[in-house]
Amino acid sequence: MAKVLMKGNEAMALAAIKAGCEAFYGYPITPQNELPEYMSKHMHENDRVFVQSESEVAAINMVYGAAAAGARVLTSSSSPGIALKQEGISYIAGSELPAVIINVMRGGPGLGGIQPSQGDYKQITRGGGNGDYYLYSLAPESLQEAVDLIKESFDIADYFRNPVMIAVDGLIGQMMEPVDFDHDVPKWTLEPKTWAADGNRSNGREKNIVNSLYLDPLVLEQHNLKLKAKYDEMKRDHQRYEMINMDKAEVVICAFGSTSRIARTSVEILKENGIECGIIRPITIFPFPTKAFEEIPQKVQDILVVEMNTGQMVDDVRLADQFRHNVHFYGRVGGVVPEAEEIVEQVMNIVGGAK
Amino acid sequence: MPTSKIVYQKSAGLTDVPLTYCPGCTHGIIHKLVAQSLEELGLLERSIGISSVGCSALNYDFFSCDMVQVAHGRAPAVATGIKRVRDNAILFTYQGDGDLASIGIAEAIHAAHRSENITIIFVNNAIYGMTGGQMAPTTLIGQKTTTSPDGRDAKETGLPLKISEMMATIPGATYVERVSVHNPQHVNKAKKALKKAFDIQDKKQGFSLIEFVSTCPVNWGMTPKDAVDWAVEHMIPYYPLGVYKDRTKEEQAND
Ligand SMILES: Cc1ncc(C[n+]2csc(CCOP(=O)(O)OP(=O)(O)O)c2C)c(N)n1
Ligand code: SF4
Repeated sequence: MAKVLMKGNEAMALAAIKAGCEAFYGYPITPQNELPEYMSKHMHENDRVFVQSESEVAAINMVYGAAAAGARVLTSSSSPGIALKQEGISYIAGSELPAVIINVMRGGPGLGGIQPSQGDYKQITRGGGNGDYYLYSLAPESLQEAVDLIKESFDIADYFRNPVMIAVDGLIGQMMEPVDFDHDVPKWTLEPKTWAADGNRSNGREKNIVNSLYLDPLVLEQHNLKLKAKYDEMKRDHQRYEMINMDKAEVVICAFGSTSRIARTSVEILKENGIECGIIRPITIFPFPTKAFEEIPQKVQDILVVEMNTGQMVDDVRLADQFRHNVHFYGRVGGVVPEAEEIVEQVMNIVGGAK
Repeated sequence: MPTSKIVYQKSAGLTDVPLTYCPGCTHGIIHKLVAQSLEELGLLERSIGISSVGCSALNYDFFSCDMVQVAHGRAPAVATGIKRVRDNAILFTYQGDGDLASIGIAEAIHAAHRSENITIIFVNNAIYGMTGGQMAPTTLIGQKTTTSPDGRDAKETGLPLKISEMMATIPGATYVERVSVHNPQHVNKAKKALKKAFDIQDKKQGFSLIEFVSTCPVNWGMTPKDAVDWAVEHMIPYYPLGVYKDRTKEEQAND
């Protein structure tokens, strides 16, 4: 298929359909409405399921049900809606079920605004709901990458039996870009879902139970440790990141999603001013790409973290970097998108002006 | 040689795991009726039960069909999510009054509103059992609970919510009946209601809810016998038994 020009939210919806998503359950919230709208038309066309639920709480519990029955299932929302979904996400993780959740982030706290933001970084990367669990969280910076990662995410969710979150901001949801839906994406080796409570025991199998309740503390401890082993595997083998212009770099910017895309422009401007700047772009924000920081060249002394929030990723950068570099922060909030020149100015200040 | 005939045995719808309910609690009878109904209708292999939050949370171990344990109040949403992708399965939720009438009222109303092809088994014992006897939306006026120590006062907490009456007003609801299990005659009636609800679901005729007037001897502070008497004397007058909605009849009338 040739490249097609599509709006972000619709392209992400189509990517999910192409990945074999069997059901979508969601509740409207700006700036992701085109996604459920697209699903409402095209899921039925493809003989699949679309339900507009009465709330985000209901939507995520419908996701929990479909996942428990062994279906490939998606929901999407934006920040306040994701906050409501945390109850169900905790149950999905606790019951070890696969599901894909798209979060098109907007500004907060509270009702906040509807402009792009990365204000959910902590909500996404710390589990978010009750108990000890994490989401495998991917933060694409372009529509093409979002489409590719969504196509792969259903496999990732099935592989880990864990929810996967696609974290984008309103910019990616609303922008239009040419996308090729036929990119090959990695295929994961998956086990049949013999654990599913799908009400199909005509083959004589034993009953299946999907559950996150463990009243015996020693049994729950084993369950928690089993989940931990899964998160440890993610951290050990499944970090994803991109290193840009690193070999010559004097300063390194760390940024994800739309912000890293803006940082790319800043790096070009800086180059014209004789300053070489690299970028570490986390693609997984959980697991955080700690390995990238081991690859920073010797001569670099400073890391500038750029985000559309008040510095939520800074702690992760400091820990990953193990305090080897000076860590600076620049962010815009409230739905304001930082301009490339603002980042250039920050880097200039760090290196002490143009050369 | 003497011939012997089995006249009664445990339903294949129940496992051998011992029930965790207090002695005299009617949860046990209701479990038996659900299991027998599914078994007699030949639906066990296709059934998926949703255990909610409350004393019945552990019933995923008791029913011998696929089971999904879910969050407080969310059972109708989870059942919806499953039914839409596995429409050949028979879905039942098993919810207490705290679970359904309080925290999960929105999910219950909207499942009925969409006429989801599921069956809700609603166990109304007018109290939160599992957490130690707090007030529920269904607690009767004057009834003492740990959070209405002087007896429920309508001025402060409103009048007890009548779920069957309310659900019957929802256009999408197909079948709503309130039953009781206080004597063998009513146990038989309750089973008939359950079988009718599952049959409606099997025929893809939409949403059904069977409300059971139940007891909680422990948190009511009564013997099992007194609890049953109290339910007959106080609960049934406020929560009258009977069919509140039957759209299958309406449809026949319109034919
Ligand atoms: C979100 C959430 N809030 C509160 C609880 C605690 N909780 C457990 S059981 C229960 C009440 C259940 O009462 P009911 O539905 O009437 O069932 P019963 O125990 O009487 O059978 C509550 C409030 C919980 N598990 N989850
Ligand atoms: S606490 Fe009440 S409802 Fe719960 S098992 Fe005991 S008697 Fe039954």
